Amino acid sequence: MNRVKEFFGGSLRQSGMIFALLFLIILFQVLTGGKVLTSTNAMNIINGNSYVFVMSMGMVLVIVIGQIDLSVGSVAAFVGIIVALLMANFGVPWWGGIVIGLLIGAAVGAFHGFFLAKMTIPGFITTLAGMMLFRGLQTYIGNSQSIPTPEEFWVLGGSSANGSLPDWGPDFGLNNSTLLCGVVAVAFLWWSNLRTRKKRLALVGQAEALWVTVAKSALLTVVIAYATWLFAAGKSDLPGRVHTALPIPGVIVIVLAIFYHVLSQRTAFGRHIYAVGGNRLAAPLTGINVPRTYFFTMMNMSILAALAGMMFIGRSRASGPADGTGWELDVIAAVFVGGAAVYGGIGTVLGSLVGGLVMAVLNNGIQLMGLGTEIGKIVKGLVLLLAVTFDVMNKIAGRPSLIGRLMDGLRPKKDAPSDAAETKAETA
Amino acid sequence: MADSDVILEMRSISKHFPGVKALDDVTMTVERKTIHAICGENGAGKSTLMKVLTGVWPYGTYSGRILFNGEEMRFKTLKSSEKAGIAIIHQELSLIPELSVTENIFIGNESSRRGLIDWDDARRRAEAIMGRVHLDVDPDTPSKNLGVGQQQLIEIARALSKDIQLLVLDEPTSALNEEESENLLQILRDLKAEGITSIMISHKLEELVRSADAITIIRDGRTVETLKAAEDGFDINRIIRGMVGRPLDNRYPSHQSNAAQELLSVKGWKVANPIRPDKLSADDVDFFVRAGEVVGFAGLMGAGRTELFRSIVGRSWGNYLSGEVRVGGRAVDTSSVPKAIEAGIAYVPEDRKVLGLNLLDTVSRTIVSAGLKRVSQHLLINNDMEVVAAEKARDELKIKTPSIVEGVDKLSGGNQQKTLLGKWLFTEPLVLVLDEPTRGIDVGAKYEIYSLIFQQAALGKAIVVISSELPELLGICDRIYTFHEGRITGDVDAKATNQEELMRLMTGVGPAPANDQTGEGAS
Repeated sequence: MNRVKEFFGGSLRQSGMIFALLFLIILFQVLTGGKVLTSTNAMNIINGNSYVFVMSMGMVLVIVIGQIDLSVGSVAAFVGIIVALLMANFGVPWWGGIVIGLLIGAAVGAFHGFFLAKMTIPGFITTLAGMMLFRGLQTYIGNSQSIPTPEEFWVLGGSSANGSLPDWGPDFGLNNSTLLCGVVAVAFLWWSNLRTRKKRLALVGQAEALWVTVAKSALLTVVIAYATWLFAAGKSDLPGRVHTALPIPGVIVIVLAIFYHVLSQRTAFGRHIYAVGGNRLAAPLTGINVPRTYFFTMMNMSILAALAGMMFIGRSRASGPADGTGWELDVIAAVFVGGAAVYGGIGTVLGSLVGGLVMAVLNNGIQLMGLGTEIGKIVKGLVLLLAVTFDVMNKIAGRPSLIGRLMDGLRPKKDAPSDAAETKAETA
Repeated sequence: MADSDVILEMRSISKHFPGVKALDDVTMTVERKTIHAICGENGAGKSTLMKVLTGVWPYGTYSGRILFNGEEMRFKTLKSSEKAGIAIIHQELSLIPELSVTENIFIGNESSRRGLIDWDDARRRAEAIMGRVHLDVDPDTPSKNLGVGQQQLIEIARALSKDIQLLVLDEPTSALNEEESENLLQILRDLKAEGITSIMISHKLEELVRSADAITIIRDGRTVETLKAAEDGFDINRIIRGMVGRPLDNRYPSHQSNAAQELLSVKGWKVANPIRPDKLSADDVDFFVRAGEVVGFAGLMGAGRTELFRSIVGRSWGNYLSGEVRVGGRAVDTSSVPKAIEAGIAYVPEDRKVLGLNLLDTVSRTIVSAGLKRVSQHLLINNDMEVVAAEKARDELKIKTPSIVEGVDKLSGGNQQKTLLGKWLFTEPLVLVLDEPTRGIDVGAKYEIYSLIFQQAALGKAIVVISSELPELLGICDRIYTFHEGRITGDVDAKATNQEELMRLMTGVGPAPANDQTGEGAS
């Protein structure tokens, strides 16, 4: 048991979510007779849910500061229709469309941020208004019509031959770009983990045991290697392609995940988000500009919503009037399943991605089993309720963990000595 | 003492939490019509014992027996213990701020006739109960308009409205000033005369010694002993010895004043109240603190000491009108908290859980939270530097935690306070303002905080301590300012004054009469 504890360290909760995800994948793999873990299906899961993954990285920050953004679906659709129209009718090139789309997202975010930060209107109200406002504008501008997008734009959604990493060089039976990404990731993982351990030893004279570092890295290596193989080894049925490969939306999600993980954990702005969400009264006394933190967090959310909207019109090859309907709920659900606390202050970017994946695999597995979307909704609803119930129960028990609770059996009994006991030990 | 019978007996109570034995064979006997105090260090198990008694930890989650009025009780919920006649008043008040005093007293216990509440009758009954607790306000006042002391009286009134026999109070006076505490203790004595027994958890030993009939001391989840006023009398040193398991000859570490040149000076500080701009919360305040000096700020609750320092450090309170802050002779800009930190002033707020700490954060992230630039390189926080900083703070401040990645919510009060102190020491301030640095922490932890204060003073820092406990200020300060309604009313040498003189100055009565020999220290 001690070894288990040493291995998982403080991150048992996130490990718990990963186990839940693994469990679901295996479950559906068995139930569908092996239809889940195929190259094409993996690409489908990524492409079909990339909008949720992208937005969940912004939404988790919004939820951590103790707010909510209900407008993301409408904003995504609003940006989508403007960008589609500009490209279709005004000769704006695809890259110009992306830049303009992101700028509109920033402007919309500034609008929400202004009302939240300066006018102190709760985010729920501000973005509920935004949800109606931008949905209305989208319908008005698009005249309830579908506007097709140019072929270059499809790459963003992974829905063309160029929508995944290119083939090149000698054929090892895998897509070389994806293989290279996998190799680089594994190399970085080992280098970074071993370096951190060495530095800790040098600086504070203690670090996790070597076998823990090695075992953790080895486990992640297996995961990365398998994912690389899964994405890269399939036969592509797209014209001009040999192998399947990591789709472009997947690349976007991975790049953003690295960026937002670093932003939230390793920058002052990220720490401020957690400080504001964790204790809004203490934050200003620590020197944190609370309105500014609110403003930029909301702004960031809308920029990501804009990006998600553009990825979606790339995938569906057109911007339609029903785009983005109900997205806010999918995204919020993913974030909560991913371990964010209902009252703010807790939640991670990587956790939210795992939450998004759990929901995506559920959806996909149920579809592959031939069950209707209504069953998917029922199951997803129950999963969300279950996840948040655990969160709240943990709050009552004084432990801010979520699915970690499921893993309680694995958790070694901690010998947390009471303060008094230590005082006694010290004086003895 | 003719009718001195036993109202409550707790026999061999044991309670386990995963990995921790919170209560280990605790036995306690409470006599009817007494004030029975429980004291012990934080984490000793006092609150757990009271939770067992009141059914918060239901029957079956502990072992041992509870006899109330001679009958064995098996409480499943708080409600069931209330029904038997036991009420508990927690440190955190549970009033609904928007509701009136009457409504708060009867909430959850409304007497209705055919489904409708007779408010006139309720108000009459409320007034009767309010009289018993010396609460002299309009029963229609919303409770949010009342002070903490009065709110606490409403809680007691609410308990009395339910015909209870035993009243449990968990640190009732920790948020009260001396006057309010005295009032509360008087109420408990009155209730005793009416036949209501009280159990009271408190860290304020002087108070217990003055008012309690019996004191049970708990350490590490075990009963150390029960002292009775009538038989043993109370000896504070014996109580402290029992609580910490070691003699504490002196409650304050020895300290040699080494005040040097003036380090902090504030001149002509004027701040308007943000709600009532015509009222000055700081009216032309002048004061200074020397390097290496520990200066106390004494005042009644609501005198505006906290507001004064929050207006100085980052102008995080009130509307600034005029005034100048100098650090080391140089005028500095303190108009925002980051600027104040830059200028070398750190304000460690009162109420660590509400204003000081993000309880969801880890120890290491808390330590660096006010000085992120110090652990950043190229805009990114360097994890290694953060770990080094946190380990250094843990080492220097002796923060007891299994690891620096432990959540601060898991630490004891004293260790939380040390972590909060570490967070501000990490900004390497020249001036350290400590607002109620030892509230709600136990005797042993207090001693450690005092030692840390002296350590910082010895490093040449200017230290300001705001405290509502006069013995504490007298024990650790070199000099004490008294503050009354936005003005400094006294500047006295701590070695040459006493509580009475401070109280006179704090209440704006003026210095001691000339024939009083204790007055000579006042300058």
